[in-house]
Amino acid sequence: MKIAVLVFPGSNCDHDAYHAIKHVLAADAQFVWHKEGSLDGFDGVVIPGGFTYGDYLRTGALAKLSPVMGAVRRFADSGGPVIGICNGFQILLESGLLPGAMIVNESLKFICDYVTLRTETARTPFTRSIPEGTRLRIPVAHYQGNYFADDETIRRIEGNGQVVFRYCDAGGNVTPEANPNGSIGSIAGICNEKGNVLGMMPHPERCTEPEMGSADGRRLFESMLSHIKENAR
Amino acid sequence: MKDVVVTPEVAKEHGLTADEYARIQATLGRDPNITELGIFSVMWSEHCSYKSSRIHLRKFPTKGPRVLQGPGENAGIVDIGDNLAVCFKMESHNHPSFIEPYQGAATGVGGILRDVFTMGARPIASLNSLRFGRPEHPRTPFLVEGVVSGIAGYGNCIGVPTVGGEVFFDECYDGNILVNAFTLGVVRHDRIFRGYASGVGNPIIYVGSKTGRDGIHGATMASGEFDEKSEEKRPTVQVGDPFTEKLLLEACLELMKTDCVEGIQDMGAAGLTSSTFEMASRAGTGFIMNLDQVPQRETDMTPYELLLSESQERMIIVARRGREQEVLDIFEKWDLDAAVIGEVTPDGIARLLMNGVTVAEVPIAAVTDEAPIYDRPAERPAWQDDLNRLDLSALPAPSDLSESWLALMSCPEMADKKWVYRQYDYMIRTNTLVAPGSDAAVLRIKGTRKAVAISSDCNPRYCYLDPFVGGMLAVCEGARNVACSGAEPIGLSDCLNFGNPERPEIMWQFRSAIEGISKACEALAIPVVSGNVSLYNETMGKGIYPTPTVATVGLLEDADDRLVSWFRAEGDRVFLLGGDRVDVELGGSLYLKEVHGRVAGVPPAADLDHEKRLCAFIKAAASKRLLASAHDLAEGGLACALAESCITRPDGPIGAVVSNPFPESVRPDFALFSENQGRVLVSCGPANVAALLEAASEHQLHISQLGTVGGDAIVIADIARLNVAETHKAWCEGFANALGFGE
Amino acid sequence: MKARIYVTLRKGVLDPQGKAIQRSLSHLGMEGVDEIRVGKFMEVTLGEMTRPDAEKLLDDACRRLIANTVIEDYRFEIEG
Repeated sequence: MKIAVLVFPGSNCDHDAYHAIKHVLAADAQFVWHKEGSLDGFDGVVIPGGFTYGDYLRTGALAKLSPVMGAVRRFADSGGPVIGICNGFQILLESGLLPGAMIVNESLKFICDYVTLRTETARTPFTRSIPEGTRLRIPVAHYQGNYFADDETIRRIEGNGQVVFRYCDAGGNVTPEANPNGSIGSIAGICNEKGNVLGMMPHPERCTEPEMGSADGRRLFESMLSHIKENAR
Repeated sequence: MKDVVVTPEVAKEHGLTADEYARIQATLGRDPNITELGIFSVMWSEHCSYKSSRIHLRKFPTKGPRVLQGPGENAGIVDIGDNLAVCFKMESHNHPSFIEPYQGAATGVGGILRDVFTMGARPIASLNSLRFGRPEHPRTPFLVEGVVSGIAGYGNCIGVPTVGGEVFFDECYDGNILVNAFTLGVVRHDRIFRGYASGVGNPIIYVGSKTGRDGIHGATMASGEFDEKSEEKRPTVQVGDPFTEKLLLEACLELMKTDCVEGIQDMGAAGLTSSTFEMASRAGTGFIMNLDQVPQRETDMTPYELLLSESQERMIIVARRGREQEVLDIFEKWDLDAAVIGEVTPDGIARLLMNGVTVAEVPIAAVTDEAPIYDRPAERPAWQDDLNRLDLSALPAPSDLSESWLALMSCPEMADKKWVYRQYDYMIRTNTLVAPGSDAAVLRIKGTRKAVAISSDCNPRYCYLDPFVGGMLAVCEGARNVACSGAEPIGLSDCLNFGNPERPEIMWQFRSAIEGISKACEALAIPVVSGNVSLYNETMGKGIYPTPTVATVGLLEDADDRLVSWFRAEGDRVFLLGGDRVDVELGGSLYLKEVHGRVAGVPPAADLDHEKRLCAFIKAAASKRLLASAHDLAEGGLACALAESCITRPDGPIGAVVSNPFPESVRPDFALFSENQGRVLVSCGPANVAALLEAASEHQLHISQLGTVGGDAIVIADIARLNVAETHKAWCEGFANALGFGE
Repeated sequence: MKARIYVTLRKGVLDPQGKAIQRSLSHLGMEGVDEIRVGKFMEVTLGEMTRPDAEKLLDDACRRLIANTVIEDYRFEIEG
């Protein structure tokens, strides 16, 4: 089993994702440079956070043109698990692999803090061992994490069960106060129709060890690895 | 430009004195041309030459068994064992940040990051020490917003966590803010690189961004006082590009894994000129450089402009001969410009050519080693005595002590700085074990059991009242802060911010502060390994408080020994270390300033021998896992430290009930807020009490049991009492309220 | 040949930045500004080509990269 951690110019959470998979979960991880045209031999893909191309033009807009994104599309089409975190989520949106777009936080400020998420569905490879309704403490760190989509798209993704995580308070209630960036429907993460592509603004790779303040992020990676193991059988 | 005739007037416009100009003429045996004059003017500026400060900086203790690189390089390096070392430096970006706060602060962060990775270290954390004018000053909120978002914009993008620092407000910074940035990196002993242009015939390679006309004469601007025209200087402010710097960082670290590099240096102030001249000076070589080969962003740039441009995100590499292509290939992979622009020569002369024509030819030593050094007159000002006079008995006692206490907890100097650090990515790279809000930030060193603790400190009020004592206390506070995190202080970097050195009283402040820092560093065995001097921090004749900021680095052999400053659990016992220090010391205190509107008196006394034992004890107690928390008593004395330990707790605030360590004869307001140094508030579980007392006695350290953690009030004997929830709220909202940053 | 591209937020997309600018103007005492929407303006220098070719190129560039049509509209002007 081998997980690809993509590296674009300006990726900066690549080492953290690699550390979480390789050293915390003891699985095989490998950096893949954005000019690679193939993901053959990989069983899962992580598009890490960062400021690809300095966030110039729009977040994720220039990274979507990298050769590796063609390979990600093929990998996703074939059902492989893909997770885009923070800037990785933004790249997935710009590439059209996930619906909607990101705009600047309502506060107009970068925000780095722990938030609480409510798991809305266990249908994805990343949440299959996290029962619906589970609360997770995971940090956010972004300037443009205010999720936007038109009404019709929102209706569609809500109807299809594509909303995977919502921001909530400590008691699991989805309230405006618990929404750090103004996202529609307090959406923190969504998946594609098939469920194998997940995009989320919070950073699970930053909280896989208790000394980092929470180890809840580990559960997403464990889910992904168990999904891969099962499908290989 | 080429046709400008150099006259004494032109030299004066370049900031050179008549004597300095005469010296240039004598050295060259002729008049310099305009390009050469430009070289001398930036290299002899205060910023690059340290001409007023150099003789005093020699007083710092810079050696120690762990020191691998002391001052004089891009950054200092201290051994942490296992073939690893930490590389760090603090640097000012005051003037640019006042003129354009976002870009000024951003490029300050960019510059210090380059200083660290140019030595071969991967940056793992940054701190920022920020000083602004009064919160009520009309420009202050604008400057705070700009500086904080500039630091965030650069640091977050490049992916180095900003894990702590200081934010301080005083009227003396109304017209001259201070932005001091610190970065720490980790490097393997065998991968340390230095700024040497060694090896005759080796190619000089320019890498990074293209050169434009940015910030020409930034170095001379940073050495001149502000006047009302400063606003007009805006076009020379550099713009930072953190994305390019991220690429530069990765490309340089990739290159350093090869053995192509002989020497490498960042192009900071005075750009291409200072980097090449300094590298050649260190190596005792010369160079020839073809300026037309420099990658350029604008057209028709003159040699003068190319040499003095301060375009950001550029480096100079001296590569081994024959390995040029390997260097160029790595930079091409990272989409960065790279060009061979010259080569190292043996004769100690810098020869600069443009399209084959010599445009400047000067001896390296004349520009560097032989730069002027001034022993400027220093004299204690007459007004210092008045300043030091303080009749405490004449101070009216507040009618409601608890109210004064709450006011201190919510004043912007004391209040929660979350508004600031929430904008910084302080977790990226997943090393941050103790995030902003404790006495020091603690970062693990992956692949080892070790961690480092870092803190930046200076109380400018103390330094104003007595720069010598203030300098000592800054070092002591830094040492205490890292000790309160369970670490042993192993090194320090300083950023010395002062007014106009041509005034004897400023020079006295400067000299005294350095002597104070040196004395404390010697006593505590903390070497000064890097630093920076920022003079002329004045606006229209009004100087800032002397502000020698120190950044202290501590080492934990076992990251699990780390401590935090907040109380952990109900029922834990609270103790005061050094509580036998009961002479009232309110000179320069927060209480005096915030409640009585005065900055006067003499600062608290420093007892270096006690500080040394105190730090050693806390570290020992931490490694025996006896303590639940440790918090240094600083601004606001016992009352404010106690309240902080109660309300900063991440799991939710908690109360405490403690006794008053002062004799009953001491006025209650003085007992609460006296700022006696060398005191630390610690807590421990009931089971550890006996062992803690025994350990303190072994270290000959005074320890007194003060009380217990718990309840919904913070109580000091029958003197004062605060409600926990109310205090927490006032503390959380104080900063944004003072600056008018409501939602 | 020169061109100008304007990228604006689509109707209905929240613009926190525009809202903040409008609020600040009113703090400065400048009333009468009902709404501000922040967009992007780009100056483009094109090589030798016919006008229809330029239009096709710019439209393609806007659609595929310069604007995100989920949240943005675009228009362009070609000089001369």
